[in-house]
Parts: sequence; C-alpha cells; structure tokens
Amino acid sequence: MSQQMMINRYRWYELVGIYAGILLFLTFVLAPFVEGFLVSLKPLSQLFSSPYRFIPENGSFEAYRTMWTSVPGFGWYIFNSFLISGSITIIVLILAVPAAYAFARFEFRGAGLLLGAFLAVKMFSGAVLLIPLFRLMRSFGVLNTYFAMIVPGVAFIIPTGIWLLHTYMRRIPRELDEAAYVDGASQLYTLRRVILPIAMPGIVVVAISSFIEAYAQQFIYALTFNSKTEYMPLPVGLFAYFGRQEVVWNELMAASFVGIAPALVVIFFLQRYLVSGLTAGAVKQ
Amino acid sequence: MGVQRSTVIFAWLLLLPAVLYVVVIVAYPLVDTVILSFTDASLKKVTNWVGFENYAKIFNDTFGSVIVRTFIWTFFSVSIKMIIGTCGAMLLNAAVPGRALFRVLTMPPWVVPMAIGIFMWGWMYNGQFGMISGLLQRFGLVDSPVAFLAYGSTAFWATIITDVWIGVPMVTLYMLAAMQAIPQDLHEAAWTDGAGRFYRLRRITLPLMVPSMVTMSMLSLISTFNSFDIIWILTRGGPNGETTTMIIDTYRTAIGSYKYGEGSARAVLICIFLSLFCLAYFRLTSRFSAGAKR
Repeated sequence: MSQQMMINRYRWYELVGIYAGILLFLTFVLAPFVEGFLVSLKPLSQLFSSPYRFIPENGSFEAYRTMWTSVPGFGWYIFNSFLISGSITIIVLILAVPAAYAFARFEFRGAGLLLGAFLAVKMFSGAVLLIPLFRLMRSFGVLNTYFAMIVPGVAFIIPTGIWLLHTYMRRIPRELDEAAYVDGASQLYTLRRVILPIAMPGIVVVAISSFIEAYAQQFIYALTFNSKTEYMPLPVGLFAYFGRQEVVWNELMAASFVGIAPALVVIFFLQRYLVSGLTAGAVKQ
Repeated sequence: MGVQRSTVIFAWLLLLPAVLYVVVIVAYPLVDTVILSFTDASLKKVTNWVGFENYAKIFNDTFGSVIVRTFIWTFFSVSIKMIIGTCGAMLLNAAVPGRALFRVLTMPPWVVPMAIGIFMWGWMYNGQFGMISGLLQRFGLVDSPVAFLAYGSTAFWATIITDVWIGVPMVTLYMLAAMQAIPQDLHEAAWTDGAGRFYRLRRITLPLMVPSMVTMSMLSLISTFNSFDIIWILTRGGPNGETTTMIIDTYRTAIGSYKYGEGSARAVLICIFLSLFCLAYFRLTSRFSAGAKR
C-alpha cells in the first residue's frame, strides 16, 4: 500500500499538467451542455442579436414555462420514451438472462460462434435493415404503434446484454451450482434460486445500460416506422420546436434539459455500479 | 452420457428465445435485403428481377465518391475518438483528488438522447448566433461569422467532431477499465528498478492496452460507419452532398425516394464492407493471441 502510494505521488508540475488536461477534456465533453443550458435561459430576442453574448443578460426560466404550451404534447413524448425504453429493457432481460446463463455454464458445440454471431447483430443496426424491417412491420400491421419502435430496439440491445451478463455469470463460482446439484436441485431451480440472486448486481447493470441505450438511441426507427404524434418518442418529438420560419431555440433547449433530466438523475445515483459493472464485463473476456 | 445430452438440450432451450428473436428481426430481414437488391422494388405493386443492375448503377452513380467519403469520415472520426479517449482515460486514471467526480462528468454525451446532443451542436455551429463562431469573433480569430454547416469542408469536419464527442465517453470508460486491469505489481517491479513514469507508460501500460485498443476501435468503427443521426440532423447529407455517407445515401434512396431495390443494393454493400472489417479484425486478434502464446 505504501509502495503504491509512493508510485502514485505526483510532483507539483505533474499535478498542474493533469488538472489542466482534465479541464481541457471536460471542457470538450461538457461545453455543449453549458451552452445549451445558457441558451435555455436567454429570451429569444437575445439569441438572435449580435454581438454574441455567452452569458445571458437578465436570463430567466421563462422558456421552461412556455415550452409546455407551445408544444402541447411534450409531456407525452417523455412518457413515450420511457414506455418504449422500459419495454425494451424488460424484453431484453427476459431473453438475455437465460441465454447468458447458457453461455456462462454449458459447453456445447458452436457456443463461441453463436456468441460472435450475437455481436455481429450490432453491425446491422441503423439504416441497413431499415427497408426489410419496414416491410416486415407493415406486413405485421404494426407501423405507427409502439411495437414498431420496441421490436427492433430489443434486437440491437440484446447482444450487449448477453455479453455483459455472461462474463458476469462466469465469475460466479461453479461450486455453488454443483452443491445445489448434489442436493438434488434441478437445473432450472439452480438458475432461479442460486444463480439469479447472486447475479443480481450484474442484471441491474444490464438493465440500466439497456434502458440508457434505448433511451438515447431511439431515432431512426421512430422517424421511419412512426408518423403518429401520439406515439412519438422524445428525440423525434423535439422536432416540433422547429417552426416553419425559425427554430425556437430557447424552448428547444429547455425541453431538451427537461428530457435529459431523468437520464442524468439515473447516472448520478447509479454511476458507481454502472462504471464498475460495465468495465468488469468489458475487460474480462 | 445421458446427463450430458440433457444438459446440452437444456442449454439450447435457454438460448432458443434469444436466438429466434434475432433470427426473425435481424437474419430474415438481412436475407430479404439481399433478395430485394436484385429487384426493382419500389412503391409499385409489381416487382421485377433485375439481376446485378442495381449494383452496376452504383458505380455509374455518384455513389463511388460517397464510398470514398465514408471511409475518410470513418477513419478520422475513429482515430480522433481513440486518441482523445485514451488520453482522457490516462488523465482520469491519475490518482488525484476529485477523480470520481471527473469520471461521472465524462458520461453525459453517452447517456442522453443522441438527438439532444446533436441539437446542441447544431446551435453551436450556427454562423450568426452560435457559440463557436461567436467566441472566435470575440477573440479576433475571424472577422465575420462562420456558418460551419453551410460549406462542404467545414460541415464535413463539424459532423466528425460531433461524432467524436458522442463516442468519446464510451472509449474513455473502456480504456480506463483496460488500464485498471493491468496488474499493479508490474508497475511496482519496474518502479523498484528505477523506471520513471514515462518509461512505464511506454513499456508497460501502452503495450498491455493494445488488445483493448484493437477491440474498441473495431466496435467504434462499426458504429461510426453506421452513424446516421448526427449527419441527418445536422446537415441531411448536405451542403451539395458533401457530408453524404453510405448510410445517409442508402436512407435517401430507399426511404426518401422509395427505391427499395437500389437502396437494398447499397445496404448490402455496407454489410459487405463491415463484414470485411470484422474478418480483418478476427485475423488480427488471432495473430495477437498466437503471438502471446509463443
């Protein structure tokens, strides 16, 4: 311990360098949020005036009030986003937990290939499968419903879930399964009563990361498979602030901050588990 | 033997739901794309088989330059992401007060809806009223407003920077994890032998991070190649098509102009390129692991 502390002791100029580097890095990462927040505080007239002013003059939270009335359905967009992401998360867990357990515990022919195939699914997210998925959704008659946005979302988030979970489950000692087997427990019982409780922290991480991924990336499918305002999720719904003549930027930014507040609250409280869980799953292969 | 077989069956039963789901939602549409790419499918009721016509058209079209642009776009975006992300991970790995807070602060671009981050960049790039142009003017670096998204060359880099911004947190966290997986005793041994910080960075940390770097750049390459939201929201592929990448052009052709057949041919081409990348990646990693064994 003391040796480690000595290794990690920095000289003053190293400390200055590190903090300067971190400051530069965080400036790049956070600048759009700072600017977005400042814009949400400015009255519209000040936004479209020159010279450019970084800090708002007599800024107010006025836009946070008016944004609700200028786009009446805004609350629904957030609700839709939550509903879609929540459903995706639940379906992903139902499908990924047993699959991850199979990969973690059983040796069978083609296991490695199948695991690779799941990862390959990620390759086809985005616009590549849009045309056939559009036809598929149309033939199922689910265009312009929540299904059209949930179904493809699940497919592209399952791989991450399986990969994170199976590495997590692999680290659960095999002796536990064997003890249960000796006691006469069936395999399904072992999964339910022995593995699931121990794997819970890993499952929670997968749930959070699936939800965040679903919440963050529901754009292209919503744009293409849904034209009904009442089912629109937040990212597409925000386009409602793009008026015919000009964008109501201060309200758009206010609405954005209202929309991301839930995600920010989630990471603030859960980041410790999220980071450790993600990194544990990512590095051990 | 009987136990073994029942175990295998049980394993497959556990896998079946996930496998079936992916087959229906990904594998079947993939086959459908390939079939469609040989037809003149559109909004018309009747669809004809046209052989390789769609593919032949691709090379007569402007699509050739789109392919080249996509590769350049991806190359720069992934390289910059990897460099900034790895440097960021090193900084956040330093044992200084406030480290935990700094780590949390890197996450927002990754966890908030992509579209929102892109809107924010869109405003910052705004020529008359945006922050970047405004600050450049204030500091006297430019005389008049710069509308970054209005000119091909600046718009091209503007979309890359936004893509980097969205991808950096993921790279940073992953590289941070890779760095922490390096056994501390290696550092201690080198330190007792009198190795300085930079020597240890060059000889221990970086070499041991190479496999993670390869994996991360691969994952990042796939998502960057497929990047749609950023370009679509910022420029829609403009001005004059100078930010049009393969994915944007595919979307335009298929969904915008209802030319499903031609769009599918483009989509198939994207799949071929990505598969080639993956193949090269597996070759590369198997060589790495073979080298490690020797």
